[in-house]
Amino acid sequence: MKKLWRAPWFGPLCAVLAVYVLFALLAPDTFPRTANVLTMARQTVIVSLAAIGMTLVMIQGGIDLSVGSTVALTTVIVARALDGGSGPWAAAASGVALGACVGAINGLLVTGLCLLPFIVTLGSMSALRGAAKGLANEQKVDADPKGLDSLMALPGGAQGGFLLPTGVWVALALAVVFAIFLAYTRPGRHVVAVGSNLETARLCGVPVGRITLMVYVIAGGLAGLAGVMEFSTLTVGDPTDSIGLELEVIAAVVIGGASLSGGRGSIAGALCGALLLTEIKTGSTHVGLPNWVQEILTGAIILVAMALDQWRERGKGAG
Amino acid sequence: MAEVADPRLEIRGLEKSFGGTRALSAVDLSIAPGEVHALLGENGAGKSTLTRIVSGVFAADAGSMRLDGKPHAPRSPAEARRAGIAIVHQEPAICPHLSVAENVVLGAEPARFGWVDRARVRAEAGRALALVAPELSPDAASSSLGPAEVQLVTLARALAQTDCRLLILDEPTASLAAPEVERLFEVVRRLASTGIAIVYISHFLEEVERIADRFSVLCDGRQVGSGAIAGTPATRLVELMTGQTLEARRRREPRTGGEVVLSARDLAGTRLPVSASFELRKGEVLGIAGLVGSGRTELLRAIFGLDRVTRGELRVRAELGPASPGRRLAQGVGLSSEDRKREGLAEALSVAENLTLSKLPAWVRPARQASAARRLIERLGIKTAGPDQPVRALSGGNQQKVALGRLLHHEVDVALLDEPTRGIDVKSRADVYAIIDELASQGKAVLVVSSHFPELLAICDRIAVMHRGRLAAATPVAELTEHRLMLDAAGVG
Ligand SMILES: Nc1ncnc2c1ncn2[C@@H]1O[C@H](COP(=O)(O)OP(=O)(O)OP(=O)(O)O)[C@@H](O)[C@H]1O
Ligand SMILES: [Mg+2]
Repeated sequence: MKKLWRAPWFGPLCAVLAVYVLFALLAPDTFPRTANVLTMARQTVIVSLAAIGMTLVMIQGGIDLSVGSTVALTTVIVARALDGGSGPWAAAASGVALGACVGAINGLLVTGLCLLPFIVTLGSMSALRGAAKGLANEQKVDADPKGLDSLMALPGGAQGGFLLPTGVWVALALAVVFAIFLAYTRPGRHVVAVGSNLETARLCGVPVGRITLMVYVIAGGLAGLAGVMEFSTLTVGDPTDSIGLELEVIAAVVIGGASLSGGRGSIAGALCGALLLTEIKTGSTHVGLPNWVQEILTGAIILVAMALDQWRERGKGAG
Repeated sequence: MAEVADPRLEIRGLEKSFGGTRALSAVDLSIAPGEVHALLGENGAGKSTLTRIVSGVFAADAGSMRLDGKPHAPRSPAEARRAGIAIVHQEPAICPHLSVAENVVLGAEPARFGWVDRARVRAEAGRALALVAPELSPDAASSSLGPAEVQLVTLARALAQTDCRLLILDEPTASLAAPEVERLFEVVRRLASTGIAIVYISHFLEEVERIADRFSVLCDGRQVGSGAIAGTPATRLVELMTGQTLEARRRREPRTGGEVVLSARDLAGTRLPVSASFELRKGEVLGIAGLVGSGRTELLRAIFGLDRVTRGELRVRAELGPASPGRRLAQGVGLSSEDRKREGLAEALSVAENLTLSKLPAWVRPARQASAARRLIERLGIKTAGPDQPVRALSGGNQQKVALGRLLHHEVDVALLDEPTRGIDVKSRADVYAIIDELASQGKAVLVVSSHFPELLAICDRIAVMHRGRLAAATPVAELTEHRLMLDAAGVG
């Protein structure tokens, strides 16, 4: 029990359940219905995928502000690829590959030039947004999705999948894979070590540069995948899409127990954080709360989550 | 210089500069397998720089190294490690988010195809920990470890390296108490008998005389002497290190304190201390002896308002009331932390800024700040390029002087000093003792915590021993011996 209480995802999970119960009581006719739960799961996919990568980056001690722009650029690339005659798999793969390349550039700038990740990704956030707009001639790019749209389609349609849309399963599977990676593999533990104390890690022979690069490549690739999912939802390439997505992703990761100074974070927690944000958004609409209340609510939840986490951490030191 | 036939490590003409500072110039050194080689020198002499070059942290500007006859020029710590070099750096540090076991094997985790073998991690770490810190559990979280425990973890990390050929210990005992030091010495002797060469850096000459076979002395980055420890008197070593003879410390006239300025009655903290009562008088130096983990640091922290007091009463002069560092400083009580890296200093700030940090005027005038700093630099003999140099670039001992200098600048009436001479060389230690003496004779009160019992006996008027969080009554030093303190601290007296 004590172990459960100390798990970093325990608090966020409780919050997800509590908010669910709250909205279920406030809007009993609409909120708890299966269709709504499925919609929420689907809406969380994009933030979740990016949050898995962001968790790795933040545990390593960095941050990635270029996520939103990467997603937008990916939708454009996928649309252009489909338009140019590639098949759905090739288009999706090119989206993920593009994300990974963006991550590699971010990572190389951080390790090679010793620039702060905040600065590097602030730069790439702007540059990538520009690239997306240029590539799309500043307008939406229409393309036949050739079946890519089924990734995020709700089941019950033509090829229903396992109750949840394929995208949800992909996100869950990747979350499990990367959680195991973090906890049980050598490079995974090195990510924690670098974020915890970079100098010590270096003195102990941890390949700090390689670990840093790896983390940004993974985060970029996952942002690319999120972009593919976004295209699947929109079925157009939209260069102005996902503005501010990075902040939502960071909020989810932080609610999930990550620390901005590195060393701490949980993928399960980040998924709970992402789900919590969707719940608040959807629930507020169901209850009829205006947008501004929703935003204040989101901010308050983040602060409360942080305060609770801080309190719990202090308890650890004494116990 | 005595040549070794088949040296494990041979260094020729090593040079290293940092910007304008010459840290090493033309250093030669050779160490035989199975030898414990003491590397001596004052603060800033270049000892740590030498070890960092050998262990691949920096590259040398010039010169060559050979390890067992093969050229040795590691480009990274990982490469040096693969070559068989294990090192405990001077400023011990760990990754607080990893477990103790993970910290011990960090960088060399036993793994199969990238999968960490957790059972082997525990076993390997447990084995290494058993040598130096049997009471530390491999599964423990490392975020709450104190400096001594952190030091033990870094020692275990070096000892866990199985293919070790050369072990470098840079001031491994700076924050350890007597029993841990004994345990370490046992391990060092055993390793040496298996043919591992050991470089041992310490400012405690009595330690060096017990453990080392040969020595080399650095002075301002130059090698000024080397030889066998047997047959070299300590005074000669000091002479080599400082270039001058240091007269033996005479036993001071006993001082009698004035009025009570700080008193505690049955003080208890959340976990430590359990119960502490004492009276500190104007113009006296009160020492607190005890083992690592006995609650000495926690007592000072509680007094200074850093930790919560759960029972008992604490008075500064006649004032009771809640403690906070700000209030204590206003009352003229200052603390110098044992952990200068994490608590004692703002490493990125300059020497001047660090010295004046606790007492900045509303309108900071850099010129005044610098001139105040210059006075302290001179008074304390801090070796620095100037008041503007970041504290990070100073050698360990000089950083410690900056931490003490802040209390002088603040002109505290009550100085709480936690391990004030940690990492300080022989000469500077004498300087610090003189400063403490001077403070006491000016009517200030000083409370000193130290793991080094001879030091307490030399500088204190009275000493109280702490054992498992309980502070015994203070005894005048005239009635104490080192042996007595050792027994009391271990709780067998
Ligand atoms: N990273 C650095 N940047 C600039 N100067 C440095 C750096 N490291 C060391 N120095 C300088 O090199 C000289 C030697 O420092 P070093 O740390 O080797 O001394 P040391 O003999 O280990 O002293 P101590 O006993 O205090 O640990 C000092 O003058 C120090 O200020
Ligand atoms: Mg040193």
